[in-house]
Amino acid sequence: MAQPPSSEARPLWRRLIGFNLLTAVILGVGGYYLGWFIGHQINGKSFEYQEKIDENDVALLLAYVFGVIGFLIGLGFANYPISRLLGKPASLREKEDHGIARYFGLCTDHKVVGIQYLCGIGLFFFIGGLNAMLIRTELLHDTPTFVGPGQYLTIVGMHGTMMMGIFTSAALGPFANYFVPIMIGARRMAFPRIESLTFWMLIAAGFILSSTIFFGGFPTGWTGYEPLNDQAVMGMDSYIVFFALVGISMCLLGINMMATIITMRAPGLTWSRLPIFIWAVFATAVLMVLAAPMLVATLSMSALDRTINTSFFIPGGGGSSYLYENLFWFFGHPEVYILALPGFGIVLELLPVFTRKPLWGYRLAISGMLGVSLLSFFVWQHHLFVSGINADLRPFYMLSTEIISLPTGFIFLCVMGTLWKGRASFTVPMLFCMAWTFNFLIGGLSGVFLSDTPSDTTTHGSFFVMAHFHYTIMGGLVFSFFAAIYYWVPKMLGLTFNEMLGKAHFWLMFIAFNSTFMPLFALGMAGMPRRVSSYAPELKGLNVWVSISAFVLGFSMLIFLYNVVYSLIFVRKRAEANPWRSKSMEWQVPTPVPIENFPPGPIPSFDFDPYDYGVPPSPGGGAQPAPAGA
Amino acid sequence: MSSEAPPAGAPEPDHLRRFVSIWLVATIIALPLVIFVLGPNLPPGHGSDVASGQVTDNTVLTAMATPVLLLVVIYMIYATINFRQAKGGMLEGQAVRGDARLQTSWIIITGALVLSLAVYGTIRLEQGYGAGSGSGPKPLTVPSGKKLPVQVIAQQWAFTYRYPTYGGVETTHLELPVNEDIELHVTSLDVIHSFWAYQLGVKADANPGVDNVTFVKPTRIQTFEVHCAELCGLWHGAMYDHGKVVSDADFETWIHEEQRNFAATTKVLPPYALTYAPEPTERGH
Repeated sequence: MAQPPSSEARPLWRRLIGFNLLTAVILGVGGYYLGWFIGHQINGKSFEYQEKIDENDVALLLAYVFGVIGFLIGLGFANYPISRLLGKPASLREKEDHGIARYFGLCTDHKVVGIQYLCGIGLFFFIGGLNAMLIRTELLHDTPTFVGPGQYLTIVGMHGTMMMGIFTSAALGPFANYFVPIMIGARRMAFPRIESLTFWMLIAAGFILSSTIFFGGFPTGWTGYEPLNDQAVMGMDSYIVFFALVGISMCLLGINMMATIITMRAPGLTWSRLPIFIWAVFATAVLMVLAAPMLVATLSMSALDRTINTSFFIPGGGGSSYLYENLFWFFGHPEVYILALPGFGIVLELLPVFTRKPLWGYRLAISGMLGVSLLSFFVWQHHLFVSGINADLRPFYMLSTEIISLPTGFIFLCVMGTLWKGRASFTVPMLFCMAWTFNFLIGGLSGVFLSDTPSDTTTHGSFFVMAHFHYTIMGGLVFSFFAAIYYWVPKMLGLTFNEMLGKAHFWLMFIAFNSTFMPLFALGMAGMPRRVSSYAPELKGLNVWVSISAFVLGFSMLIFLYNVVYSLIFVRKRAEANPWRSKSMEWQVPTPVPIENFPPGPIPSFDFDPYDYGVPPSPGGGAQPAPAGA
Repeated sequence: MSSEAPPAGAPEPDHLRRFVSIWLVATIIALPLVIFVLGPNLPPGHGSDVASGQVTDNTVLTAMATPVLLLVVIYMIYATINFRQAKGGMLEGQAVRGDARLQTSWIIITGALVLSLAVYGTIRLEQGYGAGSGSGPKPLTVPSGKKLPVQVIAQQWAFTYRYPTYGGVETTHLELPVNEDIELHVTSLDVIHSFWAYQLGVKADANPGVDNVTFVKPTRIQTFEVHCAELCGLWHGAMYDHGKVVSDADFETWIHEEQRNFAATTKVLPPYALTYAPEPTERGH
């Protein structure tokens, strides 16, 4: 559906009619009530019990599904397939020239989608972060006093689910969508409409998860374990629909990335010349495509259990709670690497720029990423070491889990090798990369304790686990996410951040992060289980310390927000064309990047080296090999 | 990977040697501290055979992690100090792209480390009869000799305990005799819980319809904490109790007293079984 290019000239009321966000919201709400109505027609009459307690999961699930479909139709996602069915000619582009309006609708420009993703993920990161603040406020006291145990669990669940769900796309959404085509010399993504679809599904999902508070919340945390899941009130359906939508979005995003990277590279850009960030995106995309369908299937089974009384997971009806754990973690463990891998790529991509050296051990880094990607499918039952499921197989899962530290170790060696005799300038993105190295190291080493069944018996299900995955995900992904923001946003928006505020943000965040999560290892070791709102009184002192640190961590995010508003809205200082003196392709195209990225005509051959930094080792300085030992 | 090794030389200090010596010194100082000072204080203490075993395992893992931690942290600090750009400098680093020998030895060393960890973990797991973890209905290794079976029944939001050798009496608190092999059978009546006796080093998930067995031999007379370690709904955090390890004689007195106190209840209880038919889950309760 090609839009007339003169749309800006039309009066406002005319512009509001058509396929845009307003229509989408109207159709979304309409679809919601349609689903609600249908659900009550088919279920309300036959299940007297459910009507009596005003619980109708069928109605809510249908309402969500119809709402999402209406929302997507309103945005115009149905236009293209319908017009093609009617035999109209294919049109590749959609709303790429609509000024500011293109950010609020279906746009097939990968750069617009990248910025949409950045803002969307920022919004949900903020909501998830606020939930974390509420959790820590509750834990200031050793008995539930602030929100009560039911709401506490909902807040814990919303925090975990929001972060684990939305952040799967935190690096791939904004940065891969924006930079993969430019870095590989393509004019667009392979499936531009699907690219936009993944974003808008994520937005719909985020609001659906937030709406759980209107339906009683959900008590299961982000894992949604059965049969607690089945027992829960309607708020649980929000979780199911949220995660299923995220799963579909993740899977489509992965397919899109894989197709783009495999088929759309510029001439001369061989696999052995791909920037390492592209390799990380590729490894992540593989995981997304293979793992996410498992999640959607599992949640569909949950939804059936909750609505039409199947019993896949209900022991009373012949089902098994093990089945859910098994299926969930078969998705769940690759999922945590979906969160970690992009961080590897960002850090390794940025380090050469700031140390003025080529990437050290390019092939090793690639094998590290692909190795993590492959191995992550063979470790899932380490989450179930004490559950009694397949207890005889535990040595295998111990082995496979510990072997994962091998490819992860490659990444560390590459980081260290790249720093060796470099000329590091500690700009804000570089500081975040250095912090990533430290945080991920702590996260990885604490993971060894969890991979070993005997010592996992001490730490399983405790705050130790919580500290471990916050070090890998927050310390890993979120720190590299900020590195990417400070590094790439000057390209995306053409504006610079205030460096002093950036450094203040970094130092406060780094110190507060460690001061928040380091004591959690001790708390877990001291016997504090996860997800509790009441705990042993003697642990109160440390918990208060953690809470206060968490508030400081929250405050450091406000510094970032202030920097965004101050630098990007008020000061608006133009960024230099290539402030970091990077040799990567995205810094060679003009800012703002033209719609087609490259001048018309054939794409020039990409036969240069993206890490062409540094001078040949001089005989005097001596090219020492990087340090040995382990 | 290109391996470039031109002769090392004059003006710059030998960074490699300097860094490795700092690291070695730090490791030599830190390791004894970790093993002899931190190690004995690591959780979960010496309340039972498996708890003591976990202290050892935690010590071994910490000792193995220490050199790695020091290597990376000292390296990062060393690099930050020595390999930095002067303010506003435009110098380039050295175009070294890798070192085949170093990469190979790194792979071999880390590979050997993780393999030995896995072998060690497996030996400790099987020799320790599951090392206190829930090992499913048919554990691979079972301590020989007489064992006292105790069933842990989890439900929202309390644990109760049945002693099949004492007429199947069901008690609301857990007491165990010291220095006796205990065979714990953990099961649930509703959702997934996890029985965590912290000082005893025992953690076993309670799944409805599943008999999850684990072994422990308490070695110290003390009070221990019992938590639920798997999110089980509203009062998960309050599923918190204390159990006792007592002398044989005290245990006999206590259990007979419980048998008398709960005599009426025991009569109406379903007969002792490894699992109980879970309630059909109903919404809104």
